[in-house]
Amino acid sequence: MSWLDKIVPSMGRTQRTDRRSNIPDGLWRKCPQCESVLYRPELERHHNVCPKCDHHLRLNARKRLSWFLDKEGREEIAADLEPVDRLRFRDSKKYKDRLAAAQKSTDENDALIAMKGELDGLPVVAVAFEFEFMGGSMGSIVGEKFVRAAELARKERRPLICFAASGGARMQEALFSLMQMAKTSAALEKMREEGVPYISVLTDPVFGGVSASLAMLGDLNVAEPNALIGFAGPRVIEQTVREKLPEGFQRSEFLLEHGTVDMIIHRSEMRERVGSILRKLTHAPAAPRSEEVVTVEPISPDSEFADDDVDAPKY
Amino acid sequence: MVWVLWFRSQPDRTHSGCPRRQKSLMNPNYLDFEQPIAELQAKIEELRLVGNDSKISISDEITKLEEKSRKLTEQIFRDLTPWQVSQLSRHPQRPYTLDYIDELFTEFDEMHGDRNFADDAAIVGGTARLDDRPVMIIGHQKGRNVKDKVRRNFGMPRPEGYRKACRLMETAERFKMPILTFIDTPGAYPGIDAEERGQSEAIAYNLAVMSRLKTPIIATVIGEGGSGGALAIGVCDELQMLQFSTYSVISPEGCASILWKSADKAPDAAQAMGITASRLQELGFVDTLINEPLGGAHRHPVQTGERVKNALLASLERLDGLNTEALLERRYARLMSYGAP
Repeated sequence: MSWLDKIVPSMGRTQRTDRRSNIPDGLWRKCPQCESVLYRPELERHHNVCPKCDHHLRLNARKRLSWFLDKEGREEIAADLEPVDRLRFRDSKKYKDRLAAAQKSTDENDALIAMKGELDGLPVVAVAFEFEFMGGSMGSIVGEKFVRAAELARKERRPLICFAASGGARMQEALFSLMQMAKTSAALEKMREEGVPYISVLTDPVFGGVSASLAMLGDLNVAEPNALIGFAGPRVIEQTVREKLPEGFQRSEFLLEHGTVDMIIHRSEMRERVGSILRKLTHAPAAPRSEEVVTVEPISPDSEFADDDVDAPKY
Repeated sequence: MVWVLWFRSQPDRTHSGCPRRQKSLMNPNYLDFEQPIAELQAKIEELRLVGNDSKISISDEITKLEEKSRKLTEQIFRDLTPWQVSQLSRHPQRPYTLDYIDELFTEFDEMHGDRNFADDAAIVGGTARLDDRPVMIIGHQKGRNVKDKVRRNFGMPRPEGYRKACRLMETAERFKMPILTFIDTPGAYPGIDAEERGQSEAIAYNLAVMSRLKTPIIATVIGEGGSGGALAIGVCDELQMLQFSTYSVISPEGCASILWKSADKAPDAAQAMGITASRLQELGFVDTLINEPLGGAHRHPVQTGERVKNALLASLERLDGLNTEALLERRYARLMSYGAP
């Protein structure tokens, strides 16, 4: 601090902080992988894929669906379903309060959003887990919404796409949550019997009861790059087997190698490639090449994010 | 030498004030909350030994003490907390699947392997007869001694176990046999190899297949019903639970360490989740609650076996009244009703 700062009247300083607070909150975000500081609008333009290291950051469910589905003809399914605290569960906090807090912070009723719409003109049903809502955990309402979406898909013979991001079953609904595994799996089996395609897209992270039910039952299981996917969490496994987990354990690439997922698709190609697969499975004509297909432009070397010492993508 | 003998004959005096030793003096066949019963039983045994030695008749005294022990047991077991029930469900002497197979069925032929990778000893299965009727049995199996426990992996199946179960269930469907499953697992095995071979997929696939198998499925929880690892052989037309068995989405310890940040809060978690047979019956999950003899299934395994068998026969009779289409419709409706608003 210079002598000048000391004699500048406090007014001046207040003005300076005022000017600072004019910058909207959270305009910058740090990439959890490469730790670069990213300009949020730029990040959002890339659908939350880090422009520097290509890390796929989590994407909010509603944003994902509104990007994945065509603008026209979107219709939400079972939007009004509200979670119920059947057990009056209480740990250090009441489940009711946890629900209220999650609803307030995410502006959603529960951790799953289901929509009927079109993918480049192909009628589909798409659902996405909201990880910010209690870790995307599956309780009764998540199960019910998923089943309603699957039933609608089966009855109207629309392919179903699910973007999973979940820690597993919701403990606060105890056995009700566990049974959602059986419930959602049964609905998917009906679709399979009737030959309506289901693509499960695994995004970071998918574990426990969601992984061991609806997320693994796709006609195709697809993963986003470098997503953490498994049955038991890495910490639990480490405690059980008491050895160090191998490098890249439970990442998408590990699952591809072990035959659990069919392919890894970059977020920027997700619409196009899922659409192309579904069009083949449903014998629909190939998609018209249109301007609407969203592609992410490569970053030009002179863009403000270019950085010489950016590591190559990790996968 | 004499001093040593005197010393040994004074266990109370020598070990008092030493909690570790005192714990080892507890009868390991009895749980913490059962120790008063254990003490009474020890007294009865002692009297019996004395009775054999001397010619004085003390049978009156023994009868009195036995009556007292029965009353004490009744009192302790009348209102067990969910956490105590959880401990009972894991009692090391509790009958396991193979014990029930011995007790209830005849002509059991164990079938091994998933035809792809290995045979998982944590799940046993095969054909047998229940009062002459051919059935397919599938159940988790825990071990009794250390070696056996390791071989059975403490009743925690790997993917090949679930795939074997699936294969046997499809065999049962082809040959029109009802499937009787016995659930007793802490959960599916959380290990590196299990993840590599697709633990999630193995469980998920079973859930999907079981929802449409064209043969009756009756699941009986005989001990611990641990989460997805239990449900993977637990999708059913009728669910039976032994009185002191549990069924839950996560173990009380697991729930406590996540939500309360301390595994010591397991009793609270057990209470909050409602994991006992009686609570789950109130909530509408359980069709038949099988009462256990006084003191739990492990005190009277034969009697318990009889009760399980009667429950299975009654359940089969109810399901026999349905044709395949009605059976599947009923099962689907049952699955859809879980947690429906």
